[in-house]
Amino acid sequence: MSDEKAETDNKKGGVKTNRRDFLKNVGVAGASTLMASSASANVSAGSSNPDAEVTAAEWLQGHFVLMSDKDKQEAIARLEKRYTAQYGKKTTVSNTPPPEGVLFGYALDISKCIGCRRCVHACVKENNQSRSNPVIHWIQVMKIPKGNLAFSADKLNEGYPQSSAIGDYGVQVGGNAYEPVGGLSTEHAETYYPDDELVPDKSYFYVPVQCQQCEKPPCVKACPVRATFRDPNGVVVIDYNWCIGCRMCQLACPYQARRFNWGEPNLPPEEMNPKTHYFGNRPRMRGVMEKCTFCLQRTREGRNPACLEACPVGARKFGNLLDPESDVRKILATKKVFRFKDEMSTYPKFFYYIG
Amino acid sequence: MRKIILSFVVDVGSYALKGGAMYKAWLLFLLFIIVTGSYTAYIQLKEGLITIGATDQIPMELFFANFIFTAHVAAAAILVVAPGYFYHRKDMKELAVIGEIIAMVFVATGITFILFHMGRPDRLWHMVPFIGYLNFPNSMLVYDTIVLNVYLYLNLIGISYILYKKYVGEFDTKALARWFTPVIYLAIVWGPLIRSNARMGAWSTAVMPFGFLAMAGASGPSLVILLFLLIRKHSKLHINDSVIDLMSTIIGWSLGIIMLVFAAEYFTALYSNTEHAAPLNYSMFGHNGLNMYVPWFWGTVGAIVACFIAILIPKVRKSYDRWLPVVCVVVFLAILVEKPMMLVFPAFSPSPLGEYTEYHPTFIELYNVVSTWAVGFLSLTLIVKGAVGILTGEVMYRKPETTT
Repeated sequence: MSDEKAETDNKKGGVKTNRRDFLKNVGVAGASTLMASSASANVSAGSSNPDAEVTAAEWLQGHFVLMSDKDKQEAIARLEKRYTAQYGKKTTVSNTPPPEGVLFGYALDISKCIGCRRCVHACVKENNQSRSNPVIHWIQVMKIPKGNLAFSADKLNEGYPQSSAIGDYGVQVGGNAYEPVGGLSTEHAETYYPDDELVPDKSYFYVPVQCQQCEKPPCVKACPVRATFRDPNGVVVIDYNWCIGCRMCQLACPYQARRFNWGEPNLPPEEMNPKTHYFGNRPRMRGVMEKCTFCLQRTREGRNPACLEACPVGARKFGNLLDPESDVRKILATKKVFRFKDEMSTYPKFFYYIG
Repeated sequence: MRKIILSFVVDVGSYALKGGAMYKAWLLFLLFIIVTGSYTAYIQLKEGLITIGATDQIPMELFFANFIFTAHVAAAAILVVAPGYFYHRKDMKELAVIGEIIAMVFVATGITFILFHMGRPDRLWHMVPFIGYLNFPNSMLVYDTIVLNVYLYLNLIGISYILYKKYVGEFDTKALARWFTPVIYLAIVWGPLIRSNARMGAWSTAVMPFGFLAMAGASGPSLVILLFLLIRKHSKLHINDSVIDLMSTIIGWSLGIIMLVFAAEYFTALYSNTEHAAPLNYSMFGHNGLNMYVPWFWGTVGAIVACFIAILIPKVRKSYDRWLPVVCVVVFLAILVEKPMMLVFPAFSPSPLGEYTEYHPTFIELYNVVSTWAVGFLSLTLIVKGAVGILTGEVMYRKPETTT
């Protein structure tokens, strides 16, 4: 879409050029755009970074939490400089600390969700995920068939063993109730229904899954370098500059919530969200893990996550679990609430409920 | 002292490169794969892991599967060392060093596989204590890293020490055995820990460590027999039939234990047939037309059973120049194939959200695996050849002042 826009802009000027040249042309007008064009030219040509010192310094930086305040500021300034050059827009990388006395929780009403995937796309937009090669979505929506099975009297004697003196109504093999019914059974869940499908389909219900922000996260346990850890608000975060890409966390996660940057992420500069946080939505690099952070760049500043704002039916609620007046606490107190894959004993702070 | 070490390196090196036409062709063949493989390795490092077949559904790829296999073989080298050192078998004491060479080379090969597995190999220094941060004692990968590195360097020191002492003609086995054996025990015990807290039900089975140990006991000695038969045929180093027989006995027992472990695992899963049996059903019978693993599953199980039966026959065990090598090659390959096609890939289906996936390795991935094996086998060939030269006394330090 952005390419099309660039192309139409070019056509107005009567010159047919590609996006890179377009950026170069515009770059003459403004210094910041000029930086962008050279950076993007360099990136696409695969040559070395214009600012090799920045790259080396970034490579040598330690674990962000263990850095001194001065080092943190330097690291953030480095990143802001790099992103601004790379994406051609003034990018801020904030380091807003976690608010005191807050434990974030999320509640999702599965009776309301219509499976429109607006949350997915709002999340991609807000959190600067790679758009192609690899496509990264932090939220996956499961489409689960309701319990309207094809019952028939013909199937009453599909028992096992097939025939005996007692009758053929023993252990059923392929019998009437042989299909899983609704619930959160993932056995017949479909996560790849087309985006343009008419939703909601009446014979299905929809369950979005994202990082469940476990109180006992198996991923944190598995990480050999503590690149992923639980922050004071109970959100599991990743230091993208510390991650070594071993994928042990992905192996451990029972919710399939973690996404790996298998290749260099493709984030079109036009679509990049320049308001970022170090542990949140700043652009990632090749070979590191990423996942939902409850939009901590927003929630640490008292705003709601992007998926919540995008939801057209109000199925999503977010709040402070320590505050008895918060939406989430009220839901926990009054609704039928359950956790996904409770048997994994991970104690998620992401709750599903029937409202 | 420095002069002696220099002449040690030169003598061993030149001996290792000497050999007939077949030997030279073998070395050149491996070299060719390594040189061409450096290009595919370069592509993978440059473009990232998107050049391999792994996905968010199956994040563990061929490198990881091969790594588990190399760890098996490396751990099994104890079976060559132990009889000589613990049971004082005279026929095996000399050969212990060969076992250690296998251990060292396979650990090094395994570490190379892990380097290919990493998303950011440039950031491995994050795992170095004090400079980086090691998540001890929580992360199982930390134990693996420690064990592999300790095992590698101890073997390296052990081998250099033994060979050097033999080279100059003053060798004492007792001192070595004393500090070397605990490490080998540690490596064996820690090896199975790699399974960590994986989300897959297929891996959270209590029999897995025993399966791993049994597979180590089958694959390692297979390689050892092949190597010993080759050494015996082409060099003056004397290897008794009793040594080969011990190794084939170990393979027989190990194959038996593998079958027992599989039977226990499959019965537990299939009789109750709950959702935990889903990955096994997937490997055995496929799922909705996805049946890529099915022939590999039955082929591997069949090969293991066939080899077990074959090795029970005394005639096969004693057929040193014909049937025994065949059985060894089949066992080695069966367990090599078991790793990706039975243990690793099918375990990821269904995924936590119920997705069934097949794993399709890319050419770059396959070639990187092959070239890593080529590096391993080239080092194994050269080091074993050099060691054989020293053990037979063909390579020896000649004091300059001995001329009377």
